[in-house]
Amino acid sequence: MIQLEEMKITEQKEIATNIFHLQIQGDLVSQIKQPGQFVHVKVAEGIEPLLRRPISIAKINHEENILSLIYRADGKGTSLLSKKHPGELVSILGPLGNGFPITQHKGKTALLVGGGIGVPPLYELSRQLTSLGIRVIHVLGFQSANVSFLENEFSRLGMTYIATVDGSKGMQGFVTDVIEAEKLTFDCLYACGPTPMLKALEQKFPDKEVYLSLEERMACGIGACFACVRPTTCGDGYKKICSDGPVFRAGEVVL
Amino acid sequence: MSRLNISLPGLDLKNPIMPASGCFGFGREFAKLYDLSILGAMMVKATTIFSRFGNPTPRVAETSSGMLNAIGLQNPGVEKVFHEELPWLEQFDVPIIANVAGSTIEEYVEVAKILSKAKNVHALELNISCPNVKHGGIAFGTIPEIAKEVTARAKEVSEVPVYVKLSPNVTDICEIAKAVEAGGADGITLINTLTGLRLDVKTGRPIIANITGGLSGPAIKPIALRMVYEVSQRVNIPIIGMGGIQSAEDALEFFYAGASAVAIGTANFTDPFACPNIIGQLDELLEQLNINHISDCIGRSWKLGATSNYRA
Repeated sequence: MIQLEEMKITEQKEIATNIFHLQIQGDLVSQIKQPGQFVHVKVAEGIEPLLRRPISIAKINHEENILSLIYRADGKGTSLLSKKHPGELVSILGPLGNGFPITQHKGKTALLVGGGIGVPPLYELSRQLTSLGIRVIHVLGFQSANVSFLENEFSRLGMTYIATVDGSKGMQGFVTDVIEAEKLTFDCLYACGPTPMLKALEQKFPDKEVYLSLEERMACGIGACFACVRPTTCGDGYKKICSDGPVFRAGEVVL
Repeated sequence: MSRLNISLPGLDLKNPIMPASGCFGFGREFAKLYDLSILGAMMVKATTIFSRFGNPTPRVAETSSGMLNAIGLQNPGVEKVFHEELPWLEQFDVPIIANVAGSTIEEYVEVAKILSKAKNVHALELNISCPNVKHGGIAFGTIPEIAKEVTARAKEVSEVPVYVKLSPNVTDICEIAKAVEAGGADGITLINTLTGLRLDVKTGRPIIANITGGLSGPAIKPIALRMVYEVSQRVNIPIIGMGGIQSAEDALEFFYAGASAVAIGTANFTDPFACPNIIGQLDELLEQLNINHISDCIGRSWKLGATSNYRA
């Protein structure tokens, strides 16, 4: 169930240039059902900025009721959030949306592909997949080395390839270049990142089981405002990214 | 005894707080969070004859103490609203105000005729003020003669009272208000959003795909208050006021300005519990201010005279 809660910040640190790792504690952690769900964060009290910021959940710690958010501070709202300290409270609405479904079984292989600030939700997904005995391969793409993060954490869970646009870390190029060069094979693919990356993956693997996590500017986060809709590929229907998604099976909605 | 109940044409409200059209869908999302029966009324999403997908995304952008939206009247069409959404809402003890939109007068008439027959629809709200559609919408709300005609035509077919939602994007709001009153409107709702623009600092392009959007939120509250203040002194029909209400104090200002009820819009997006919170806080606020009944507040600003007699 969706809850609105003042959650307590237990930790906040910059893990790469302008990339922050925020840990918050509260009861709504118990409501999180799937990796890939997100929370809606009010970065400051009052009316400035007015709207909440949707941020995906990077790690869930049910024992201590703590969830981790990894976000880029590049706008007014997220910059304010990055200045908050442990002990402070932050208003959280969540958990929201439908995350990544886990359909594979022990012994199968899942390929997890992340681009930039789309990488974080794949971390909790990878933790859950590996705990079920599913083999994971990670391909993570970043602009450059200074904005790359979580490489060590992912490496502990499975094979991890890095691509950077400027070649400052890993292979120079895009995630799709790595998949081709390494001839990676898999039973199921999960991806989160910029739309051009998601499009490329959808086109490259039309016959595979592929799940894509989408992003869009949203207001309410619960499906009421109709800001974040995408047309479906068949018929004249639509899906709301916040409440029907953010994760969709590839081919379900027009990217 | 309640100090919040209000009677308006077609509407016996247990309290004068209702979610504004377009900010609450058809209630399904909020029904998961609280019992919709506690609301005074509900203004459901604008409905057109046929289903509309609306505008391309991005459809929203944040502004200083506000937001722009250009949803574009996305809705499932009148048949689906009448046969699915409205019957689903019958489980709640809440009067529905159905928002009617169209791109021709005939479309307004047809939608009004159908929706007014629904059991739980106690009033219609003619949306002659949507700034985000190419045809219709705001065009009907900026020319007094057309505003009057669409009102009169909807009145002819409607089985329930008709309220008309006015656009603030006009030179003289009172002229439009008087025109819809002359057309037979039972009440006025105002304000809809103000047309605005935001540009991306990196690309120089508009953030919203539709280019312009409707501005809402606390940023527009002073404009909304001023318009309620002006219109309420010039017409003899009640006003449901809206525009940036975030708290009971904000709501009370609208009553002082001349509104008989208020609607909550954008606040639902930041706090889904905004409506129930404001209902509770308004009762407490009246208690604190020694006000016996909310109706005592209606139009107090101009009834007492325009100047403040506050002295430090």
